[in-house]
This record gives sequence, structure tokens and C-alpha cells, in this order.
Amino acid sequence: MPEPMLAIAGVNTHIGQYHILQGVDFEVPRGGLTMLLGRNGAGKTTCLRTIMGLWRASAGSIRVDGHDITRAATPDVAQLGVAYVPENMGIFAGLTVEENLRLAARAGEPDASRLEWIWRLFPAMKTFWHGLAGNLSGGQKQMLAIARAIVEPRRLLLVDEPTKGLAPAIIANMVEAFRELKRTDTTMLVVEQNFHFARSLGDTVAVMDSGRIVHTGRMDALAADAALQTRLLGLSLDAHQ
Amino acid sequence: MKKDWTPLALVPVIALVALPLVGSAPTWVTLTVAGLAMGMMIFMMASGLTLVFGLMDVLNFAHGVFISVGAYGAATVLTRMSRQMEAEGLASDLSAMIPAVLAAIALAAFLGWFFERVLIRPVYGDHLKQILITMGGLIVFEQLIHVVWGPDIIPLPRPGTITGSFIVGEAAIERYRVAAVVVGLAVFAAMWLVLNRTRIGLLVRAGVENPEMVESLGYRIRRLFVGVFVAGSGLAGLGGAMWAMYQEQVNAQMGAQVLVMIFIVVIIGGLGSVGGCFLGALLVGLLANYTGYLAPKLALGSNILLMVLVLLWRPRGLYPIGKA
Ligand SMILES: Nc1ncnc2c1ncn2[C@@H]1O[C@H](COP(=O)(O)OP(=O)(O)OP(=O)(O)O)[C@@H](O)[C@H]1O
Ligand SMILES: [Mg+2]
Repeated sequence: MPEPMLAIAGVNTHIGQYHILQGVDFEVPRGGLTMLLGRNGAGKTTCLRTIMGLWRASAGSIRVDGHDITRAATPDVAQLGVAYVPENMGIFAGLTVEENLRLAARAGEPDASRLEWIWRLFPAMKTFWHGLAGNLSGGQKQMLAIARAIVEPRRLLLVDEPTKGLAPAIIANMVEAFRELKRTDTTMLVVEQNFHFARSLGDTVAVMDSGRIVHTGRMDALAADAALQTRLLGLSLDAHQ
Repeated sequence: MKKDWTPLALVPVIALVALPLVGSAPTWVTLTVAGLAMGMMIFMMASGLTLVFGLMDVLNFAHGVFISVGAYGAATVLTRMSRQMEAEGLASDLSAMIPAVLAAIALAAFLGWFFERVLIRPVYGDHLKQILITMGGLIVFEQLIHVVWGPDIIPLPRPGTITGSFIVGEAAIERYRVAAVVVGLAVFAAMWLVLNRTRIGLLVRAGVENPEMVESLGYRIRRLFVGVFVAGSGLAGLGGAMWAMYQEQVNAQMGAQVLVMIFIVVIIGGLGSVGGCFLGALLVGLLANYTGYLAPKLALGSNILLMVLVLLWRPRGLYPIGKA
């Protein structure tokens, strides 16, 4: 069994006086895509932010590729090769598409062939290369946020609700992009509400509820078990389209 | 978020509205140049403050101290070098002015570094504490200025080359004001180049918008912030030195006196926006000079009125930064 890319054990996170994560344990296998599911307010975003060092874990341990990052500052986590696409996308609206990507390329400039690859994944990024990111449509902003995370090869990609607010056609486009990313052996942890999207991409799954992990396993097993879905996610597959 | 030019029209609009009110064209030219010069100096004093607020959400009322200390630094050098300046000519004047300005920048920048380490760092993220501790710092350092330089107002010798006026038609234009406009434009151009043409500038622009995301991309925003804070303090020192030469005197409270105007400019411009700060400074400078001539009693009130009107039009300032 190779060491997992991400190993989270007994993680607790407090935000102010609130005890949000109450002992989170799960692993993200190397090279796979793990879906983190759960109802609204379950603590999924808090979990990603804790991994990034944007919230500080008050107990437990977080390891990325064997490195302990539990107490690491956010820039150190990033420099270890963890890329983060936050729920609000966090694009720099006053910067151009090009500047957004240049900033994310720590080498100073994006690598030319990698850029070609990103443009093939998201052609809008090429069309609006010199346009302000703030003028992009919602779907294009999400694409920019993902493009920014993969402008250089990273060990681990954390993506928070990539389909939030997107039209079905754009979601299909997004599925294709993630399929392509999976072919590159990037390890990913993706938070999703859209079960249809989650099912078509996830290799493994972790489900949160009230600040804890309540289920882990293979995605296809969860996809095949309607009763389990209802119990864990509170919604049937039909209700999720 | 198109490139938005409308606010830029405010400068010519205010100037043109003032023309018939002032009545005489030569007086209007004099006032306009004076207003632009004042605006440039306010811009230098305010630009650091707006970036500091944008990057780290830090409210720094002690910014006035950097202005005063810069003025004292320049005054000290100029007084020592007054013999140099007795010789006629640009070269001898510059040989006194350049060291004076460098002293002002260095002293204010050093003080800024000290402030950031000792006063600001412990109160990140807490506005109330920031206001209290930087207000306290302002008062303490004003007193320290009295200890070092004495309590009296120091008259400031102004070099010959930038004293007196040009006469253009019937309008008298003070040389010093022209010099202030030139220096202000140069500072603005330099800031623009750094912000738009360098990687550090890219980081600062991104950081003002969303500091957390900049950290998530692997950059240490704290280090960037210290750099901006020190540079902003140095600029405040430069602005203070120029302001002091304009008024031909130095006192410990001069920074605190312009602080209200500086905050107005930062708010009008949009917190964190250097371009907005520049525009806001010009508007405030012009308005202060026109109303100072037309209705002196309204001079301070006019700037507050300007702020209210701007905020009614654009609640987050002329050029709001898209905070995520
Ligand atoms: N800054 C904050 N201050 C206080 N409480 C917070 C803060 N951020 C999140 N919480 C609380 O933590 C809990 C988990 O929030 P979190 O955003 O992690 O949930 P989530 O699973 O991402 O939900 P959603 O699916 O709606 O995005 C919620 O109860 C929320 O109210
Ligand atoms: Mg969330």
C-alpha cells in the first residue's frame, strides 16, 4: 500500500468560539480523485481551509506526501505543491487572465507547452487572455480558478464546489476538464454538492456531517447504493437530477 | 468592470466650474496650479496609507508622524546646508535639496519599519486596537519630536531656484508649485510602473484584492506588507518634506493636521486604490484652493462635502478594489 498523498487524522478546527471540525479522519490516495461530500454546513470548506493553513487545526495531524503540515503557514503548504480553488474562486478581478496565471506560475512565467494544454482545456482562457478576469462569466471565472491551480504541476489539488452556479452545458465541459486532469496523475480532493458530477469523476469518496467523516469508501459503491446515499446525503439521487 | 474613465472627468469639471466663480482668469490659473501642487503633495503623503489598508486591512493613524519626521529630517539637512544654498544656481541648490529629500525618506522609512514591527504587528486583524495603539503612537512620537528638535516651529529655508514666480500672461505661478507638480507626477509614474510592470507590483495589486489567495499561491503576504509599509512611510516622509518647504516651516503637529485630509482622499479614491488616491488628492487639492479663495470659511467643510457627494455616487469610492 503506497503512502496516501493526503492523510488527515483526528483534525479539530475551531473558528472563534465554534468547534467546527470535531475529529476528521480520511485519506486521499495518490493519483486518484477523492470526492468530499456532505450537506450544507457539514464542514467541507472548513476542512479544505484547514489543510491550506487558512484555519489552524487545534488538534490532530495533516500530512501531505509524508510531510507534516499541521502547523504550516499557508505559503509553505502551497510551496509544498498544494493548489487551492476556493468556493468563491478567489480570482483577482482587477488583473487580466494572463496576470492571474502569471502570478500562479512561481517560475515567473507559465511554461509554453503547459499553457497550450490549458488553452485546449479551457479555450476561453485564450480568447480573453488580455481581458480583465472580473469581466469573465461565472463559468469562465471557475475555469480561470482551476487553470490557475494547474498552471504548474502540483502534487495535490483542492477544489471547492467547481460546479457551483454553473449551467449544465458548462458542467459537462468541467467534467471533461477533470477527466483530462485525471489522466495526468494529479491527486485531487474535490468538494461537491452535485452528486451526478461527483459520481462521474470520483474514485473514492468521503462524506462529512456535523464536522466529522461519517463514511469513506469507493465512489462506485456509494453510487450503487441509493439507501446509503439517502442516509448520508439526505437526498435521493433523483432529487439531484 | 470595464476601464472606467468617468471619475477622471471630475478634475476638469471642477476646474471649469470654478472658472466663472473665480471670475479672473489669471487668479484662476494661479489657484489651479496651487491646487494641483497641493494635490500632488497630498498624494505622496496618502499613497502609502491606502496600500497599507488594502493589503492588510490596517488602519494607521500614526501615518502623520512619518510626514512630520520627514519634514524635520529635511529641515535639519537644509539648515545645516544653508551655506551651500547661498551660492546662486541650480547645482548648489540641488546639492542641498537631494540630501535633504533623501534624509526625509530614509528617516520616515526607518520609523515606518520600527512602527510596523513594534506597534502594528501585535494588533493585526483588530481595528479597535489598531486605532487606539496608532493614535497613542502618534501622540508619543509628536512629543519625541519635541524632545529631539525642540518644541518651537522651525522656519525652513527654501532654495533660491524654487523660490519666486514665473509670470505667464498676467498669472503668477510660483516656481515651487510647478516643482511640486513635477515631483508628484514623477512619483505617480514610478508607482504606476512598479505596480503594473513588475512582479512585486503584480503581487501588491493581487494582495490588495485578496490577500488570502495570494498566500494560497505560495507568497508571504507579511513580507510584502512590510515592504509596502516601509516604502509608504518613506513616501509620506517625502510628501512631508515637500509640504514643509511649501509652508516654509516645520512643526510636530503638521502630520496630524493633514491626516484628516489624507483619510478623506483615501476614502474618496477607494481603499487600496493608488489611481483613486491620486485622483482624490487632485480633487481635494483643487477644491481646497478654490473654496479657500471664494469662501475661506468653507475650506475644510468643502472637502467633507466632496467626500459625502462622492460616496453617494460611488459608495466604495471612485475606484473600488474588487475585494473577494
Ligand atoms: N468564519 C466563520 N465563522 C463562524 N462560523 C463559521 C465560519 N465559517 C464556517 N462556519 C461554520 O462552520 C460550519 C461549517 O461550514 P463550512 O463552510 O465548512 O460548511 P460546508 O460543508 O462547506 O457548507 P456548504 O456546502 O454550504 O459550502 C457551518 O456551521 C458554518 O456556519
Ligand atoms: Mg462550503
